[in-house]
Amino acid sequence: MTTVTRATEDVLALEELLRRMWQIRAFELRAMALFEENLIRGSVHPYVGMEAIAVGVCAALGLNDYITSTHRGHGHCIAKGLDLKLMMAEIIGREDGYCRGRGGSMHITAMDKGMLGADAIVAGSSALAVGAAHGLRLRGSDGIVVCFFGDGAANQGVLHEACNLAAVLRAPVVFVCENNEWAISTPAAASTRIADIAERAAGYGFPGVVTDGNDVLGVRDVTAEAAARARSGGGPTLIEAKSYRVTPHSAATKTDLRPPEELDAWRARDPILRFSRRLAEEHGVAPARLEQIEEQSRRDVEEAVEFALASPRPAPEAALEDVYAPAEWLTPGRLA
Amino acid sequence: MSEALNEALHEEMDRDAGVLVIGEDIAQMGGLFQVTKGLLDRFGPQRVIDAPISEAAQAGAGVGAALVGCRPVVELQIADFVSLVMDQVVNHAGKWRYMSGGRVTVPFVLRGAVSSGIGMAAQHSQTLESWFVHAPGLVVVMPSTPYDAKGLLKAAIRDDNPVVFLEKRLLYSRPGPVPEGEYTVPLGVADVKREGGDVTVATYAAGVQLSLQAARQLAHDGVEVEVVDLRTLKPLDAETLVTSVRKTGRLVVVTEAARAGSFASEVVARVCDEAFGALRAAPVRVTARDTPIPYSAPLERAVMPQVDDVVAGVNAALERVAVEGVSA
Repeated sequence: MTTVTRATEDVLALEELLRRMWQIRAFELRAMALFEENLIRGSVHPYVGMEAIAVGVCAALGLNDYITSTHRGHGHCIAKGLDLKLMMAEIIGREDGYCRGRGGSMHITAMDKGMLGADAIVAGSSALAVGAAHGLRLRGSDGIVVCFFGDGAANQGVLHEACNLAAVLRAPVVFVCENNEWAISTPAAASTRIADIAERAAGYGFPGVVTDGNDVLGVRDVTAEAAARARSGGGPTLIEAKSYRVTPHSAATKTDLRPPEELDAWRARDPILRFSRRLAEEHGVAPARLEQIEEQSRRDVEEAVEFALASPRPAPEAALEDVYAPAEWLTPGRLA
Repeated sequence: MSEALNEALHEEMDRDAGVLVIGEDIAQMGGLFQVTKGLLDRFGPQRVIDAPISEAAQAGAGVGAALVGCRPVVELQIADFVSLVMDQVVNHAGKWRYMSGGRVTVPFVLRGAVSSGIGMAAQHSQTLESWFVHAPGLVVVMPSTPYDAKGLLKAAIRDDNPVVFLEKRLLYSRPGPVPEGEYTVPLGVADVKREGGDVTVATYAAGVQLSLQAARQLAHDGVEVEVVDLRTLKPLDAETLVTSVRKTGRLVVVTEAARAGSFASEVVARVCDEAFGALRAAPVRVTARDTPIPYSAPLERAVMPQVDDVVAGVNAALERVAVEGVSA
């Protein structure tokens, strides 16, 4: 791979990373507010504090590459270039949403953007990512698949199976563990006896890397290396991005057992503010420009909310559509 | 039947370079029951994959490959291992299209060998199709003859939906005519395996052989049994089923699955929904008992339905006798 050095960084590309991170932040805070206003059903799982992971990872991916996501998936979607309007319409349950209101917050899918789907079964999409990666190779694509999962998912059985199968197949897949320290109320330290989940990669015979999940460029660079390895037939990599979710597990979760001082410490390491400072100090981006990016991101999200609220609610009859793909045997009323 | 299935795989892999098979011991060995014999030599290790023993990963990988345009066929060595892949099949294969608002298709086939009747005991002998019938988004197929097995598997591979395809192991060695040329058997279409005007016996997989034997016995008694092989359980060909029941007025459903919540119950309910007025007697279910499958031969025979049970079920439907354990 070619390691991008600071001196050769394209400032416009860096500003784009910042913009994506602010969009995620604004989107999540707005979604939480919409939940409080009862405009969102069920729940939303905000990605606040973890924006650098999704944006850094997706910055290293190309148009032929795919991702799988989790219940906490909005950040992955935005980082992969999905449309905020269609996302918000989906989350509010409207016809113009990515999934026509069938999936909601936890199941956004957009194949045209390389988004294989968000999966609300913890670790559920890990095997799917391996198969998609193998399938892409079989079909002659140079695409790879990134599988996002959390520290909580790290102890699920299917992830073990998926990692091992990926290794055996040398599948072009990158496993990205977003270690945000807490699985709802259970700290990662209470769920495993190892300090770094990345250590487990050794057990599968592929590299494991720990990276600072609040450093967007660091995440981008380790992902670029892993992606190049996958693409060239070198097999999988496990990246563990250490970060923290600053917001509660979900908008509907009212109990938060995390110590306030821990939250404060992580807020001080905010990935967006940190990257903003770096852009100002190392790349000469003016404060006014940084503010403008933040402001514009908020406006983008407001436009998405307006679009979503103006979108029609799905017709009740549509609930019976798309259970099956078109087939000869699928005559109307047949499955009623 | 295993040869017929093998032909189906060869033909479909020839026809479509996106078809791949994945499972345990399926490549080098050709599968425990030789259903995938010869595929590795012909199609290579990228398309014929000997996977580690990790059924959930195999099934999940199948779903992922399907999402990017392949047509995976995942082989479960023993159908009981569906318990290990349930999340991948029910929460992923069956729902991905719906959850995405119809944006994706999941052309995925999960094959598994139902191994009852040969002393494989409780963890290798279950007949679990009703679990999948209950999960929206799946197609469920259980063939009874080599001809049907080949044609249905080809249709299943070409279908854009996830298909659970369960094969009774005792039928693998069973011979039967299979034509030389290309054909498929459409999904969702039942087949009347024997015509008769007195009682409809609706069944599938190994239940078809049981029912045909029972029908031959009953014919000596002057009872003409119509055996309807459902072949596809979901979607159910209610039209063929109901047409038969309207003719005979009597229904017996035969399945090797345990009784409570079985597909037999669904068939009875469907007939009651659509043709209650045509029934001249209470429908009868002939099923396995609600026990795990025991090992020892007399014990296994005691809980699995036998030809005599089908005969007794037909007699009950004819109200000629009240039979303990098979009355409705």
